[in-house]
Amino acid sequence: MKILVPVKRVVDYNVKIRVKPDGSGVDLANVKMSMNPFDEIAVEEAIRLKEKGVATEIVVVSIGPAQAAETLRTALAMGADRGLLVKVEGAVEPLAVAKILKGVVEAEKPGLVILGKQAIDDDCAQTGQMLAALTGYAQGTFASKIAVEGETLAVTREVDGGLQSVVLTLPAIVTTDLRLNEPRYASLPNIMKAKKKPIAESVAADWGVDPAPRLEVLTTREPPVRKAGVKVASVADLVSKLKNEAGVI
Amino acid sequence: MPIYKAPLRDMRFVLYELHGGEAMTELPGFEDFGRDLVEPVLDEAAKLCEQVLFPLNRSGDEEGCTLANGVVSTPKGFKEAYDRFRDGGWTSISCDPAWGGQGFPNVVSTLVEEMICSANLSFGMYPGLSHGAYNALARHGTEALKEKWLPKLVAGEWAGTMCLTEPHCGTDLGLIRTRAEPKDDGSWAVTGTKIFISAGDHDLTDNILHLVLARTPGAPKGIKGISLFLVPKYAVGDDGAVGGPNGVTCGSIEHKMGIKASSTCVMNFDGATGWLIGERHKGMRAMFTMMNTARLGVAIQGLGIAEVSYQNAVAYARDRIQGRSLSGTKAPDKAADPILVHPDVRRMLLTQRAYTEGCRALAAGIARELDVSQRHPDPKVRQAAEDYVALMTPIAKAMMTDLGSEVANLGVQVYGGHGFIREWGQEQYVRDARITQIYEGTNGVQALDLVGRKMPADAGRALRRFFHPVQAFIEAKVEDERLGVFVQPLAKAFVRLQQATAQVARAGLARPDEAGAAATDYLKLFGLTALAHQWARMAEVAYARLDADGPDTFYEAKIATARFFMDRLLPESSARFSAVMAGGRSIMEFPDDAF
Ligand SMILES: Cc1cc2nc3c(=O)[nH]c(=O)nc-3n(C[C@H](O)[C@H](O)[C@H](O)COP(=O)(O)OP(=O)(O)OC[C@H]3O[C@@H](n4cnc5c(N)ncnc54)[C@H](O)[C@@H]3O)c2cc1C
Repeated sequence: MKILVPVKRVVDYNVKIRVKPDGSGVDLANVKMSMNPFDEIAVEEAIRLKEKGVATEIVVVSIGPAQAAETLRTALAMGADRGLLVKVEGAVEPLAVAKILKGVVEAEKPGLVILGKQAIDDDCAQTGQMLAALTGYAQGTFASKIAVEGETLAVTREVDGGLQSVVLTLPAIVTTDLRLNEPRYASLPNIMKAKKKPIAESVAADWGVDPAPRLEVLTTREPPVRKAGVKVASVADLVSKLKNEAGVI
Repeated sequence: MPIYKAPLRDMRFVLYELHGGEAMTELPGFEDFGRDLVEPVLDEAAKLCEQVLFPLNRSGDEEGCTLANGVVSTPKGFKEAYDRFRDGGWTSISCDPAWGGQGFPNVVSTLVEEMICSANLSFGMYPGLSHGAYNALARHGTEALKEKWLPKLVAGEWAGTMCLTEPHCGTDLGLIRTRAEPKDDGSWAVTGTKIFISAGDHDLTDNILHLVLARTPGAPKGIKGISLFLVPKYAVGDDGAVGGPNGVTCGSIEHKMGIKASSTCVMNFDGATGWLIGERHKGMRAMFTMMNTARLGVAIQGLGIAEVSYQNAVAYARDRIQGRSLSGTKAPDKAADPILVHPDVRRMLLTQRAYTEGCRALAAGIARELDVSQRHPDPKVRQAAEDYVALMTPIAKAMMTDLGSEVANLGVQVYGGHGFIREWGQEQYVRDARITQIYEGTNGVQALDLVGRKMPADAGRALRRFFHPVQAFIEAKVEDERLGVFVQPLAKAFVRLQQATAQVARAGLARPDEAGAAATDYLKLFGLTALAHQWARMAEVAYARLDADGPDTFYEAKIATARFFMDRLLPESSARFSAVMAGGRSIMEFPDDAF
């Protein structure tokens, strides 16, 4: 079985992001970029399936600027087999990504597509679901455990109330949650091997998709600074404050 | 909680913008090491150091190593961390691909080493010593020995040590008493006691290969009668399987000031089977070829400690509020201003920063020359690079470890009383840094190596490898409108260095004690001049980048730090110059009885 893993290049999770002074977005100049952490989990899961003998090939795809090739190399260094770079400049929205991915799915015919549940830059959490709708494949989102059983895939989903188990017919779409696995560190020999693995380049138009954003960002603001808390003397004091000042009970 | 983030931005600056790292791929064997490969490797090393090694630094210090029933255990988590480190291929980064290494340039592995030392100096000792053993064996071992031992050593499945020191001999290795008796099968029986052996015993690997200096029967007295032997902890069969004990035991471990998670062992060799490495009586020569790299490695330890201490001091100085700025309140919404506003705190932080970044630039430059000396097709270029490395090695070792200690001490000072308290983590850096000034040849001995060996060798040929390029740089840039303020102080220090060199050479010829008395001050004068050269060059690069790409706080800070170095740190070179020129009389004429 072939597994397709889309990976996104995002601001590194360690970076303290700053809003541009004109409010037009987040300042990306000289900022460290890395693979979206949920996508790392997706790559790791694909590699584990390959190590178990379930998967035969792992294809990673990134839709973004030329530098997204570095993100693909990271995935290749972890153990993916080859990469596809679909070059798009500027912001890409989930729907455009899902449409491009639909084309990639039709061309590559993977048995399983594993995506991160969301990207930590825009936090949309939409691409996997949209891709499922466009391809008509079954979806198991927010997965904390998956197991291939013949022609089906058992997925444990993290839902608000607890865990939900679903069984999907393959081919299927999975989006990863934090607890699915802990991604490995790439080894030095594998980083070197990754350099020699192929990355095929294309542009959005090759997939018949116009990636121009459909949403307009009006302004971007820093979240309000948290005010210092106060110490309360007793439980009674706390209750009275919650009632009278905060008005929450 | 201490913090550590690998200084990747500055590392890229030093590697690619200051030292032209892209040209590295022109050296034979380095074709693959373009930026597209090196940068992800640095990123991955950073991740491992920050997330796996660093969290074990304080716990390792608290717990230390233990010896029970003849077996040494490393602190909790070290074995798992070592497994990840080894499985990641990091033990073999700069080793020869012929033995399973990754063949990376020294200039890259040096940066990785710095991260390891910042994250966890004690942990770094284990692979560090293995690498020393690798170097000696790879250069001087017979093919048969190499085939048997190197692959596992490179893979990190086995570790290595360097066994020189004995109870009665540290600096003066001519006093060594450990004996090696020939056996019928060509091997040797090694008997004796070694002390202070780093990584002498531990639980990280299946076997440990000790490289032991010992004396053979009838060998000439002193240093000329010493040979080098490979002595494994466990015998190894021809099939490579680890067998029974080989008469090597750990008698005790030291309780010490710092690097507590690195085991420091008394090693007893009791007729242990060993094999000769290199020629008989040429043990010191075999040792010395690896010593240059080992000394650079220790220099990097000083740098690593300096970096992590600085990072924490800055974070604390931003956070801690105390007193008001002399020039008026800076943080009106707080009860006091952050201590970062106080001139004296800024002086400390900038001192830390200027030394750390300066040393990183200098070390990377030396490592790059080391690569050239090993790889360049033209023997003349190789020789020139080798001369430069030989000259700069004692300077880097002594200065960078002295500065590592100084910077770590400043880190404590920035924290005030909290710097003295264990849980803040700052005092550990002072304790850990202290040994780097002592082992791998004390810093006093480095200074002697500089004035006694490196300076006079081949009629001062090595000196010219530093003097000529610096002279050329000064001549080319001294008139430059912007760079003048950096080049003029450099030029002043440089003239003094030349005068001091002449004085030390002249006086030393007449009375060796004169050279010995001047050595430490001379080395510091040399080192400060070398740092000034790096800082002037960094300012030059930073200006060029600003011209090309517009405002960038990184380059602006580089230039500001260069200015601080020239204004506030380089003046120490005047004092060192005066001390050298004063001569050794006040030192040598003091009556011994009066001490
Ligand atoms: C934690 C730790 C780890 C170590 N790891 C190892 C290891 O792995 N392998 C190993 O073999 N050794 C190791 N050592 C030993 C270390 O290298 C020696 O301690 C060091 O070389 C100094 O030797 P010494 O302690 O005998 O001091 P000494 O040689 O007695 O020196 C004492 C003082 O005299 C000065 N001095 C000595 N001779 C001269 C001279 N000719 N001219 C001027 N000054 C001189 C020295 O600079 C020093 O200040 C380690 C030591 C420690 C503490």
